[in-house]
Amino acid sequence: MTSALARTLRALPTLFRIGVAETVAYRAEFLVWILTATQPLIMMGLWTRVAHEAPFAGYSSADFVAYFLATQIVRLLTGNWIAWQMSEDVQSGAMAMRLLRPIHPFFAYAASHLAAIPFRSAIALPIAGVLLLSSGAPSLSHDPLQLALAVPSIALAWFTMFASMFALGSLAFFVTQALGFSALYFALYSLFSGYLMPLELLPSWITTLAAWLPFRFMLSAPVELLTRPLDGAQLARLLGGQLAWTVAMIGIALAVWRAGVRRFEAVGG
Amino acid sequence: MIRARELTKHFKVHKRPPGLAAALRSLVHRNYEVVKAVDGVSFTIERGERVGFLGPNGAGKTTTLKVLSGLLHPTAGDVAVEDHVPYRRQASFLGKITLVMGQKSQLIWDLPPSETYALNRAVFGVPRPQFDQTLRELTELLELAPLLGKPTRQLSLGERMKCELAAALLHRPTTLFLDEPTIGLDVAMQVAIRDFIRSYNHRHDATVLLTSHYMDDVVALCPRIIVIDQGKLIHDGDLRQLIKTMDPDKRVSFTLTQPLADDELTRLGPLLMRDGQRVTLRITERELPAVIGRLLGGLKVADLAIEDPPLEDILRVMFGKHAAAPAAGAPA
Repeated sequence: MTSALARTLRALPTLFRIGVAETVAYRAEFLVWILTATQPLIMMGLWTRVAHEAPFAGYSSADFVAYFLATQIVRLLTGNWIAWQMSEDVQSGAMAMRLLRPIHPFFAYAASHLAAIPFRSAIALPIAGVLLLSSGAPSLSHDPLQLALAVPSIALAWFTMFASMFALGSLAFFVTQALGFSALYFALYSLFSGYLMPLELLPSWITTLAAWLPFRFMLSAPVELLTRPLDGAQLARLLGGQLAWTVAMIGIALAVWRAGVRRFEAVGG
Repeated sequence: MIRARELTKHFKVHKRPPGLAAALRSLVHRNYEVVKAVDGVSFTIERGERVGFLGPNGAGKTTTLKVLSGLLHPTAGDVAVEDHVPYRRQASFLGKITLVMGQKSQLIWDLPPSETYALNRAVFGVPRPQFDQTLRELTELLELAPLLGKPTRQLSLGERMKCELAAALLHRPTTLFLDEPTIGLDVAMQVAIRDFIRSYNHRHDATVLLTSHYMDDVVALCPRIIVIDQGKLIHDGDLRQLIKTMDPDKRVSFTLTQPLADDELTRLGPLLMRDGQRVTLRITERELPAVIGRLLGGLKVADLAIEDPPLEDILRVMFGKHAAAPAAGAPA
């Protein structure tokens, strides 16, 4: 176990380096990704229009600008397409080759996606960042603790998101087209993560449900830290929830993976 | 060392008749059939042996290789490779074996092969000096130098297979499972790959288990062959001995230097082929010296060659016999 961990840690720099090389090689995909990640900007246009005359449910135009730009930034940093990649790897037989390498694919996929982040966000992140600071500044959180906590919060959101997509990708071992599940998953994510609108604006039963589901902790949690004043108890609940869902989601991802590999071993790939 | 005892692998396969009604019915009720891909196969292969693994399509060859390399869990029986239980896929096991599938690739498609090699070096924990030395050796033997920096997607099939072999061998495995490593390659490339496999086997005392549809690969590389059909082992032993047992007669081929009628040729032995002046006869070992004497003496033929019967013919007869045997044809 220790030697497996040591080997994985030693391999990480090379995995990152190759992840970077792959990201650069897939230039077209990379551009398409940036274009598809602009939905929060569309929502921003829509909601600022709604709040143009007067604040809507406590949100002014500037609040919406800050909310959706923060959403855009968190989404750029945490989004990944690993479920698609895993599904393709199972269908093409590349997964068999991955299983014959002495490193858990969770780490191999994770390293290659982490390596992609700086490149993926290279264009969009500075623009969103400058806009956020110039147009949404009054609506940003002014508490240095909250702003500082946004960093680990984004990291936890990345882990929860990655693990959930790893679990989805592992479904490719059971069904030929795991991507159908991804579409359903994305619909739930859009509603319960705050991707379409701040969770507070949704009917109360959805907000209550969202507090328990993992999606809020993948996107809304760091956005809330960046944009809403939160008291100590709220902070603890938010970060505690993120931590709990990160652990749970990694557990779920590894369990689905193990079950999937057992099925793969039973029926072949 | 590779050891399989009563190795069995069954698959449950969903079966449905054609048609829309059957498709809709299969949504609620599915019929399954158990397919015995490998059915009680036993063999032992010692360190350093080169063994050909033969059988018709669907005989269970790839399934067996996948079980031996740890990708499939056997339904029953015991398997040990290099003193490991393969399906546990422990790092120490994966470091000793490799599986090359002619139809599947481990090279990163959009990057040059050198990047896959760097990745394998990292995940297999190959020390830098050993990696450099092995890569030098492989680059020389497989003539990889011009290919290492080209993106994999721009390589030809043959070039890719050479790079694939190098990727599979950089961690210096001592057990090689090669599933159709020469599929789709031209004759010159097939010979190059064969020479390379033989050389690797000598240098590293590596065990090689090879499947191929090209019998030339098997004849050139494997002193021993294991033959399976419908999941059952039907032969395990020396290749030459198998040929001798199944068909001891030689094939004598030559070019006539003077016109000769077919019936004069058949007096020497059964005529297998005649294409203009080029002739092939089937001659028993007992009659061989006399026939050769006549061909070279009175008939003055040219380009005389004496060969064993082609392995393809032997296997065709074997598979035919096996299929006809009462037990073998039973539904799986």
